[in-house]
Amino acid sequence: MIYLDHAATSWPKPEPVQEAMLRYMRDVGVTPGRSGHRLANEAERIRLDAREAVAELFGVSDPLRVLFTSGGTMALNLVLFGLLGPGAHVVTTGIEHNAVMRPLRALAARGVTISVVPCRADGTLDAAAVVEQLRGETRLVAVNHASNVCGTVLPVREIGAITHERGIPLLVDAAQTGGAWPVDMQADNIDLLAFAGHKGLLGPGGTGGLVLGDDFDVARLPPLVYGGTGSRSEHEEQPEFLPDKYEAGTPNMVGLAGLGAGVRYVLERGVAQIRAHEAALTGRLIAGLRGIPGVRVVGTQDARRQTAAVSFTRAGRSCSAVAHTLDEEYGVLCRPGLHCAPQAHRTLGTFPDGTVRLSAGPRTTPAEIAQAISAVAQVARVE
Amino acid sequence: MFEFAVILVHSTSHAIQAERVLGRAGLAVKLIPTPRHLSSDCGSAVRIAAGDRAAVEQSLRAAQVPIDRIELLDG
Repeated sequence: MIYLDHAATSWPKPEPVQEAMLRYMRDVGVTPGRSGHRLANEAERIRLDAREAVAELFGVSDPLRVLFTSGGTMALNLVLFGLLGPGAHVVTTGIEHNAVMRPLRALAARGVTISVVPCRADGTLDAAAVVEQLRGETRLVAVNHASNVCGTVLPVREIGAITHERGIPLLVDAAQTGGAWPVDMQADNIDLLAFAGHKGLLGPGGTGGLVLGDDFDVARLPPLVYGGTGSRSEHEEQPEFLPDKYEAGTPNMVGLAGLGAGVRYVLERGVAQIRAHEAALTGRLIAGLRGIPGVRVVGTQDARRQTAAVSFTRAGRSCSAVAHTLDEEYGVLCRPGLHCAPQAHRTLGTFPDGTVRLSAGPRTTPAEIAQAISAVAQVARVE
Repeated sequence: MFEFAVILVHSTSHAIQAERVLGRAGLAVKLIPTPRHLSSDCGSAVRIAAGDRAAVEQSLRAAQVPIDRIELLDG
């Protein structure tokens, strides 16, 4: 089996991730923040390990500014519903995932105005195009760091330089880049970063969160979810301090144990090394696919400017049929369709038919890429 | 002469962070239940040696660990 669906969920997880989750279940098993006994304290240490690892990965100095949620979607909802109300204006891009577009469409029905900055047909965007959309009532700029469809990376640093100048917070959806592309919130001018735990961070599903930049004023952002935190139990109002303000309810501790180990694995191997590995594989994959008659690769077709998500179409063939044959006959696992990103597919000219997406991961081998190319060549040829 | 002081915090997240930061600084710490006579929002507190108080305060400030206050501990 050749697993090329890392842009959806990375698999298999590194052994330390599996071990950390097993160890938590076997030896700790309880919820932090409530009781003060030794197991509760140990659970809190595991959660702090995960916060410290994520803070180090994204370049923030205070681990308590790493907030855990059920995933990237919840983190994006927290920011979008927290910062945008009737009369507000938000700027986003033509390459977004539905994790951003659906909350924004729901907010539009409540009186929020949305400007979608068009991207070029390869998904690229100039920061200057964002500037043109900014208005006096713009409360947020929300940008996908990299397309989950074609991997195109957007110029967040340049966009952030402009939003900083105007005092508008920049929210970056780093679902595709966390652990796979260097991100430094300070240098990249990112105020709010939503991350998914189950992709490049190599943790399990059901993990993710929001990182608050060192200079972001938390008084601006109300919680999305209210409830018990184990702290200030005598009050019926939500605490104002971090991280409890945004972490009501019982956390997914077995998930966070795995997430912490996953991010630690990424840090030890190094994002630069992972990036170099995936860029090499992506370059081979793009070149191989481009050599197959009838196959069209979408996006920049340049491994230096994109993540490991590579999408293609085969004229006259449905992407789901191609993906099904790749799975059934060649053991190549990938994802066909619209990838929860109709906006991005419109930009790429692949709506509504979609694409077949192959996405390598940190432990994919060149041999697997060669086999996948050969499988696509076979499938593309057969009528 | 007081032997110990106690760091009162708002949340166990802060207690564990204080424990870690101070441990890395080579200071002796122990997590304890918050003494009943000291009001605090959190059930856990961090006990330190009373003589370490200045070094503790400096370490916590440098690492941005939010605390409520530090009290000397009787007995």
